[in-house]
Amino acid sequence: MKKILLSALVVSAAVFFASSCSKEVISLTDDTAALQPANQDLNAGTWKPILLTAPTDIVVAAPIATNTPEYRAQINEIKSFQHNLTAQEKTLVKYWSAGAVLRWNEILRELVAKHNLAPYQKDDGTYPFPDAANPLAYPQFPFANPPYAARAYAYVTASQYDALVAAWHYKTLYNRKAPYNVDSSLQVLVPKNTLPSYPSEDAVVAGAAVEMLKLLFPGDQDYIQLKAEEHKRARIIAGANVRSDIEAGEALGRAVAQKFVARARTDRAGAAAGNQALWTKLEEDTKARGETPWISQESPKRPPMLPAFGKVKTFLMDSVTAVSLRPGPPPSTSSQQFKIETEEVYQMVKNTDREKIRIVHFWADGVSTATPPGHWDAIAAEDFIGKNYSEVRWARNMALLNMSLMDAAIVCWDTKNTYFNPRPSQVDPRIKTLTGLPNFPSYISGHSTFSGAAATILGHLIPERANAYEAMAKEASLSRLYGGIHYRSDCETGLVVGKNVGNYAIERARTDGGE
Amino acid sequence: MLKLKTTIAMIAFVLLAGHTTLAQTDMDAIMMSKKQLCIGPMYSYSSWKNYWEGTLKRENLNIGTVSSNAYSLMGAYGINNKLNVLFGAPYITTKASAGTLKGMSGIQDLSLFVKWMPIEKEAGPGTFSMYTIGGVSFPLTNYVADFLPLSIGLRSKTVSARLMLDYQVNNLFVTASGTYVFRDNITIDRTSYYTNYLIQSNEVQMPDGSNLNVRAGYRSGKLIAEAVLNKWTTQGGFDITRNNMPFPSNRMNATTLGVNFKYNVTKNHTLAIVGGGNTTIAGRNMGQSTTYYGGLFYVLDFSPKQKSTSTNNQPAKTN
Repeated sequence: MKKILLSALVVSAAVFFASSCSKEVISLTDDTAALQPANQDLNAGTWKPILLTAPTDIVVAAPIATNTPEYRAQINEIKSFQHNLTAQEKTLVKYWSAGAVLRWNEILRELVAKHNLAPYQKDDGTYPFPDAANPLAYPQFPFANPPYAARAYAYVTASQYDALVAAWHYKTLYNRKAPYNVDSSLQVLVPKNTLPSYPSEDAVVAGAAVEMLKLLFPGDQDYIQLKAEEHKRARIIAGANVRSDIEAGEALGRAVAQKFVARARTDRAGAAAGNQALWTKLEEDTKARGETPWISQESPKRPPMLPAFGKVKTFLMDSVTAVSLRPGPPPSTSSQQFKIETEEVYQMVKNTDREKIRIVHFWADGVSTATPPGHWDAIAAEDFIGKNYSEVRWARNMALLNMSLMDAAIVCWDTKNTYFNPRPSQVDPRIKTLTGLPNFPSYISGHSTFSGAAATILGHLIPERANAYEAMAKEASLSRLYGGIHYRSDCETGLVVGKNVGNYAIERARTDGGE
Repeated sequence: MLKLKTTIAMIAFVLLAGHTTLAQTDMDAIMMSKKQLCIGPMYSYSSWKNYWEGTLKRENLNIGTVSSNAYSLMGAYGINNKLNVLFGAPYITTKASAGTLKGMSGIQDLSLFVKWMPIEKEAGPGTFSMYTIGGVSFPLTNYVADFLPLSIGLRSKTVSARLMLDYQVNNLFVTASGTYVFRDNITIDRTSYYTNYLIQSNEVQMPDGSNLNVRAGYRSGKLIAEAVLNKWTTQGGFDITRNNMPFPSNRMNATTLGVNFKYNVTKNHTLAIVGGGNTTIAGRNMGQSTTYYGGLFYVLDFSPKQKSTSTNNQPAKTN
């Protein structure tokens, strides 16, 4: 009996010891400090918007005066919230204080990752397409693949930027003080500043996001609305905004975003999936040029991903310019150069090592991830946090980055579907891959184009990091060769094309009033 | 002295479930005698075509059949008749029969167990014994965990605690054990991943696991033949979503049914062959694998007394 007791004791002691170790994983920005901008960019109302013709396109009515009973009532609302603060409310305040643009960018990356799953085939071997009108039926809308994601990031951040430019205009026009600068007895849970608080920049960002996401992620409205409600409440609880700041900001954000929604509805993305006639034509045209066309290596064969995405309306340039950025053709599939490059891919995978696999997987950004544009947003966000940007500068820089990434996707997809050339493993079945094989033509590498564009505009925005961004872009680009899914020329040309797209963002950055 | 009747059937699991029980010696009611080392190579082949995506059973034409080969070295040493140390480590290769994904290979985890038999006594017509087994496992190499279903393992360091009861009447026995496996978090090669939400970290929280094992059959000094039912349950984790890839922290469950045998070839029981197989009868977020294995064990006697004799070739507990 003694031995049984002893054994039980040993086992339970082991259980207790092991279970007492915390295994909770801390996400990178869980403990990010409250945003405390070094410079409030008070002139941002004069910055050049993207779609708005002027910051006054949307009218924001003058706020009620701070000496009215109505305003006093709104101060009292804050105080009543603060009277019985729960731990959960404190957590909300802390979470949202890190920055509105940052948090909504993270929410968007999360939605993309959730929806970045290719539909399963139907019984007849064809594939169903997600339906925006019925987003929760399988396959759920959207399939947030890299081009879709690039466009989503661009629209959300661009609409937030325009809405904030308008907000800054009205902030300086009406110059209504923040509640804590009106009532010094008010408790404030976030850093104080002198920025006029009407309309609320946080509500502007949330309002724009909610409105854009109705279009982009229609099946996730419950989650999105919940986040928006929490965001607005957090600002009132924190004492940073009165309710009228929030309401005016939200209305402004929504109204500006509606202009972007109207653009998105007519930007030709809706037709990007193409149809059987287009898929056949791309293949036949390639054969007619004497080249081996791309063929899906999925089973059953899946149509190429968004083959008409190259026709989508660009943000940073007109469509003629976008087409002019298309590079010349890849090495002919019958050329010696093509044979040499194919052999290089085979040898690369065959002789891979742990470090190369690490690079492949670090940059893979495949199924169920935020995609390469989302990865670059994460890289940018980490650096922007350290810069203590104002919300409007956060939005501007995110918009510049994401318009580059979307336009990079457009030029890249135009190139891919112009040349429609095969993946290495299609022409040489010996070639196995160290990451998922993307289901669209090879030339040029999407990762390389995205990364070239991102590194270029980020290097302009944060010059001291330019070399680091360039090194990352090179590594991301080569990761596709290491992974066995791209030829070297796909990667090298992709980087150059991406850089060319990024230069248009630099051109805009130099003239938008923000520097 | 071949007390190691063992299987590495569990290796098949590792491919998609990743709990690191290697040698079923740690789950059987057999002890090595004092200063006896039993050691030998083991080969195991496992494959599956269907798998459970969450609870939905499906095939995947872009993977085909996933197979793995495991070549292990395993052993057991008797510190004394009631306290044994067990160890095992495999080299594993994986392969998918369809699609383009490249299989992986490498040395996986080292597993170590301490097995203690505090109780052995006559009870009714037979002998009752009780065991406690403590184990640890950890990766021996920097292999890739986040490439399921072709990873060779999950990389998680584990600590396990097991209580095992055995009852034998003549040559018939039944053994039952329950195990709790603590799994340490792992790090992967990327800095962000989605489970039920997005996590910006290269660290993955690994849910613990538990295991129930029931085995019954014939056991003598010459031959052991048994049927084994095993149920591995991950305590937490998330389901693979529709048409998604598996992930190390999935809720991986599997129930397998199998048979094992051990046969002492030589008269003095210094050499034995072992073999067996099992198949998965229920699962979640795992392949429906079927596994076959076979191996050889050789006993080295380090005791100061004379070399093994037939009397001490009996399992210690039945002496």
